[in-house]
Amino acid sequence: MTSLLAVLIDGSIYASWLFLVAAGLTVIYGVMRILNMAHGSFYAIGAYSAASLVGWYFNNGMGPAWVSYLLLVGAALVAGLIVGVIVERGLLRLMYGRDEILMVIITYALLLILEDGMKIVWGVSPYFAYQPYSELGRTSLGLLKVSNYDVALVGVSALLGLGLWAWLERTNQGKVLRAVIHDREIAVAMGVNVKLMFTITFVLGTTLGALAGALTAPAISVVPGIGIEVIVLAFAVVVIGGLGSIGGAAVGALLVGLSRAAAVHYAPEFELFVIYGVMSLVLAFRPEGLFGRTLARKI
Amino acid sequence: MKNNKSKFSKYLVSGVAALALAAGAAGSASAAENGKFRVGIVTFLSGPAAGPFGVPSANAAKVLVEELNKGNLPAPYDKIGINGAEIEAVIIDEAGGATKQVEEYRNLVQRQKVDAVIGYVSSGDCLAIAPVAEELKTFTIAYDCGTPRLFADNPDAQYMFRTGLDASVDNIGAVRYLAATRPNVTRLAGIQQNYSWGQDSWADFTAAASALLPEAEVVEEQFPKIYQGQYGAEISALSVKRPEIVHSSFWGGDMEALVLQANARGLLEDATGLLTCGEASFATYKDQAPNGMIIGARGPFGQFAPDNELNTWFEGVYQNAYDLEPVYPATKMAQAILGLKYAAENAGVADKEIPSAEQLAAAMKGATFESVSGTVEMARGNGHQAMQGITYGEYHYEDGVASIKNAVSFDGECVTPPEGVAAADWIADGFPGAKCN
Repeated sequence: MTSLLAVLIDGSIYASWLFLVAAGLTVIYGVMRILNMAHGSFYAIGAYSAASLVGWYFNNGMGPAWVSYLLLVGAALVAGLIVGVIVERGLLRLMYGRDEILMVIITYALLLILEDGMKIVWGVSPYFAYQPYSELGRTSLGLLKVSNYDVALVGVSALLGLGLWAWLERTNQGKVLRAVIHDREIAVAMGVNVKLMFTITFVLGTTLGALAGALTAPAISVVPGIGIEVIVLAFAVVVIGGLGSIGGAAVGALLVGLSRAAAVHYAPEFELFVIYGVMSLVLAFRPEGLFGRTLARKI
Repeated sequence: MKNNKSKFSKYLVSGVAALALAAGAAGSASAAENGKFRVGIVTFLSGPAAGPFGVPSANAAKVLVEELNKGNLPAPYDKIGINGAEIEAVIIDEAGGATKQVEEYRNLVQRQKVDAVIGYVSSGDCLAIAPVAEELKTFTIAYDCGTPRLFADNPDAQYMFRTGLDASVDNIGAVRYLAATRPNVTRLAGIQQNYSWGQDSWADFTAAASALLPEAEVVEEQFPKIYQGQYGAEISALSVKRPEIVHSSFWGGDMEALVLQANARGLLEDATGLLTCGEASFATYKDQAPNGMIIGARGPFGQFAPDNELNTWFEGVYQNAYDLEPVYPATKMAQAILGLKYAAENAGVADKEIPSAEQLAAAMKGATFESVSGTVEMARGNGHQAMQGITYGEYHYEDGVASIKNAVSFDGECVTPPEGVAAADWIADGFPGAKCN
C-alpha cells in the first residue's frame, strides 16, 4: 500500500517536472514546426541563472527565504527573454521556411554553441541553490517523506498548464496563434503578423524551458551537460503526447511519470526501458502521438 | 577572372597545406630536441566529470609542474623538473569516449612526441589505452580509473602502470569500515549509476558484506541512469524498505543531487549514507549532508591523505593557487606525477638526460616511492599496480566548518587481493591471506 502511494506521489512529481520541461518544446513545435534541439540549453541556462542569483542572495545574507522563490522565477524570465529574443531574431528568423530536418540540425548546432558558451560564463564547477528546496521542509506520510518543494512543483506545473490552455483557447492572441498553427499561409493572407507571432512563441518557449531549469535548480547540482540529459526525456514526452499539443504533453508526462515510478518501485531493472517502452507502444498504435493531428502534406 | 580565382584557390590550398606541414614538423621536432621532459596529461576538461574530477586534477598537474620546474618540492623530490630537465605539460581533454581517446593518445605520442602520458578517469578509456601504450611503447600512468580489468586483461603489460587503487579496494574497505564501526547492521540498500562502474561496485560491496557482515541482508537496490539528476522515486523506494545503510558509488553532480534530495527527504537521517567517492564533494556539501554520513576517497587521498611533509607542502601550494583544499582526484594526480619523477630519477641515466620508456618502466616496476598519500608500493599487477591502504570516515559540519570524524584506515594487505587473484574470488573465499591490524 505504501508502495502504491509512493508510485502515485513520485509519478505525479516526476510528471509535473517532465511537463515543465516539455511544454516549451511542444509550444515551439506546434506553432513554428521547429524541433528545437537547443531547448535543453535553455533549461540549463535557466538553471545556471537561478542557481547563480539564489546562491548570491544567500551567500550575502540578503534577507528572507521567500524572496529566493521570486528570484528563481525572475532569473528564468529574464534569461528566457534575453536568450529567446537573441536566438529568434539573430538566427532562426534567417532560416524560416527551410526544411524541418535542416532546422533540427541548426538547433543542434545552437545547442553545442550554447553548451560551450555556458562553460565560458559559468565554468565547469557545480552551482547550488538548495535553500529554496530545503526551506519548505517535508511532509511525512507513514514511511514516506515527501519534499514540500516537490509537491509545490506539481501545483506550479498544473497552474502553468491551465494558464497555457487558457491563453490559447480564451484570448484573442491565442486564437490568432491557433490560426497560425492551422494554416500559416491563410493566416498571413488574413493579415496576421506571423513573424511577430513566431517571436512571441519562441520567447515563450525559451522562457518555459528556462523556468523548468530554474525550478529544478534547487534540487540538483547544476553542472555542465544537464540540458542534454533532459532533452531526450522532453522529446519522449512530446512524441507520446503528439508534437505540438499542450494537452498531449501533459498526458505524455503523466504516462511516463507514473510508468517510471511504478518500474522503480516494482521492477527497477526495467526503469531505463520503461520510458521508451511506453513511447514505442504509443507510436505503434498512433504514429502521430496520442493527441497529434494527421496532416495532409502540402506539395 | 574565373581562371584567376581558380589559381588563387590553388595557391591558398597549397599555402595552408605547407603551413600545416610546417607546424606539424615544428611540433614534432620541439619535443624530442628541446631538452624538456614532455608529459601528456589527460583528464576531463569538459562534460559532467570535469567539475568533480578533471578540473581538480588538471589544477594539481599545473601547480605541481610549475613548482617542480622551480625545484620547490621537499626531498626527495627537490631536484628541478624531472631528473633536472624542465617539464613541459600538454594537457588534453578526456571527453569524447574511448575511440577518440585512442586517437588523442596516438597524437600525443606520435605528433607531440611526449616522453610519458599520465591520465584517465574513465575505466573505458584506461582499457582502450592500455594495449595502445604497449603498441607504441610509451610509458603511461593511469592515475584514477578503477577497473580491476586493467591488468587482468593486460597481464603482460610493460609500459602501463597505475598509481591509484582499483575499485574493488573501495568496496572491500567500505565493508571493513562498517564491520569495524557498525558490526550489527542488518539492513543494507544501494543506489548506483547504471553502468559498469556502479554495477561492479555494488557486486563487490554485496559480496564483501556477505563475508564480513553475515547477518546483513540487501533490502533494496536501485540502478538509475547516469546523469539522471532526479532521484525522487528511487529515494521513496529506498525509504520504504527502512535500510540502516545506503551505499552508493555515485560521483559528481549525481552524487551531490542524491545527497541533497535524500537529506531533504529524511532518508539520510533514518539511514546512514555510505559514499565511496564522497570525499570529492567535501567542500560543497556544507549543511546539506547530514553529520555522520560515511565518505571515502578511493584511497588515502584528499581529506584522508596523511600529515606527511609532502602532503602538507602540496596542500599549501594547491590552496594558495586555487583557494581550495585539494580533493582526492587532485591528490591522485599529484601521486602519479611524483611516481613519474621517481621513475625518471631512478632510471640510472645521467643528470638532465631523459630516460627511455623502457628505462622508466624498469625503474617503476615493483618500486616503492614516497608520495603525498604516504608510501606507495607497486606491489600488484606484476609490479605495475599500486597497493595502498584505504580510509573511511564520517562527514561532520559544525559552525560552518566541515571535518572528518571517526576515520578508520585499513592496510593495503587488508583490502587488496593477493597477486594474481581476482577480487571476486578473493572475496568469495573469505579474504584468505588478508593482513588487517
